[in-house]
Amino acid sequence: MIQLDNVTKRFPGGQEALSGLSLSVDKGEMVFVTGHSGAGKSTLLRLIALIDRPTSGEVIVDNQNTRRVKRRKIPAYRRQIGMVFQDHKLLSDRPVFDNVALPLIIAGVSHRDAGRRVRAALDQVSLLHKEKQNPLTLSAGEQQRVGIARAIVTRPKLLIADEPTGNLDPDLSLEVMRIFRRFNEVGVTLLIASHDISLIDRLGCRRIALEGGKLQLEDEDEVDAWL
Amino acid sequence: MAVTRNADAVAPVRSSSALSIWLTRHASTSLGALGRLSRQPFASLMIIIVIGVTLALPAAINVVVKNAQSMSGSWDNALDFSVYLNMDLTVSEAEGLARLIGQRADVAAVELVTADEALLEFKQQSGFGEALNQLGDNPLPHALVVRPGPGNTSASLRLLQEEIGNLPETDLVQVDTEWVQRFHAILDIVRQAIAIGAALLGIAIVVIVGNTIRLDIENRRDEIEVTKLIGGSNAFVRRPFLWTGFWYGLLGGSFALLLVQCGLYLLREPVTRLAGLYQGNIAVATLGVTESGAIIGTAVFLGLFASWVTAARHMRRIEPR
Repeated sequence: MIQLDNVTKRFPGGQEALSGLSLSVDKGEMVFVTGHSGAGKSTLLRLIALIDRPTSGEVIVDNQNTRRVKRRKIPAYRRQIGMVFQDHKLLSDRPVFDNVALPLIIAGVSHRDAGRRVRAALDQVSLLHKEKQNPLTLSAGEQQRVGIARAIVTRPKLLIADEPTGNLDPDLSLEVMRIFRRFNEVGVTLLIASHDISLIDRLGCRRIALEGGKLQLEDEDEVDAWL
Repeated sequence: MAVTRNADAVAPVRSSSALSIWLTRHASTSLGALGRLSRQPFASLMIIIVIGVTLALPAAINVVVKNAQSMSGSWDNALDFSVYLNMDLTVSEAEGLARLIGQRADVAAVELVTADEALLEFKQQSGFGEALNQLGDNPLPHALVVRPGPGNTSASLRLLQEEIGNLPETDLVQVDTEWVQRFHAILDIVRQAIAIGAALLGIAIVVIVGNTIRLDIENRRDEIEVTKLIGGSNAFVRRPFLWTGFWYGLLGGSFALLLVQCGLYLLREPVTRLAGLYQGNIAVATLGVTESGAIIGTAVFLGLFASWVTAARHMRRIEPR
């Protein structure tokens, strides 16, 4: 589903966020990317979401080489990927329902279908009863779940999440992870950046550890096994 | 993206026609933009008033000029000029000349006033009947009253008069209506000035609406970023702003129309009074459907143009970080 070949991302200052990084994530996998801040987790996700482009190397997502995705085609490309953000990026000028419906409206889904699918998505994150509320009136955990509902409402094959539990306490974090787990069980590929190692260990998922823009080589065999 | 998951919860997408989706989407975006305007009534009203006043000005002057034209149009006979023929011309020669001049493309009509008719009229109107009867010979020449065609400009009129004056049969061309021509020339200048002024005011509207849309875009920067982040195209994020420009134009144009109509209504009475003084051949011109449509159409075009240019410029700049 995701494949990186020798990817380097260098910023204008000359500083490298990723240095010759290669990795791959199979279809249906649920993989965590860990590392200290500045290790390149966010950069990795940004390259996959085409918010940034690599300085060199290839990023291939669902058999599409992102290098060949023209600027004009980026919106269509992003619509195939569900994205969850640490600050959830909800729009506070409209209710929960409209926030979740936004990707469907962008995709041109008819009103009736959109209504059904939004409710289904909200149901999956147990927030169906809050569809009329403004996101600002919800708790942090609920806001993040709305963000997740918005990410999955178009039923993407791939979901990427950048520190989705960064602002949540352990209980809420576990709840969010359980939701992710359920998506994974029905075939969604997930790539989640997180620094919450104890939580990840409890879930027992594969972990890609980054350090200074490279794979962390604390256990050579394990790293080889990943590649 | 056909991952089957939770089949009861997620119903399959019903295929609707692309056109109806497109229309629904535009309808909801346009209503959304209108709703947004109504939620900031004061700011929106200011823009609408600015557009209205700015457009009402040239539109109103245009109506006044049109009035003046129709008024001077009723003085068309004032453009007639008299051609006095040589004394030795016979009636049939004068008739021939009248026919000849009447065939010119720039002449609408020629009326021959023979010396006898002129004398008779003079006798009746002047009150010198008895005295004139003492004269043995008719001292008056045959005369032609020439009415120029409607397409004449002041220059072509002058040429026409000159050419007729140069004919060997003509004695004198008498024009006592030069002031009408001057009046027309002044109207021409005013019309030109309106065109220039309207163009400048149009630019002002574009700048004002563009600037308002720009502020709106800045205020909704987060929304635009998030929308782009989850796959909204430039066209998608631009759409609400285009509708905002459309509504500004439509409402501003309607307000301009209202202002002009009010102005005409207030002018009706004094103009009617003036018309009474001029034997009633002046009527207040009203705004026809075409002109009303032109005012609103211009306003909508300017609003759309301004928002299009602004949105296109800024949307490309705002990208998710």
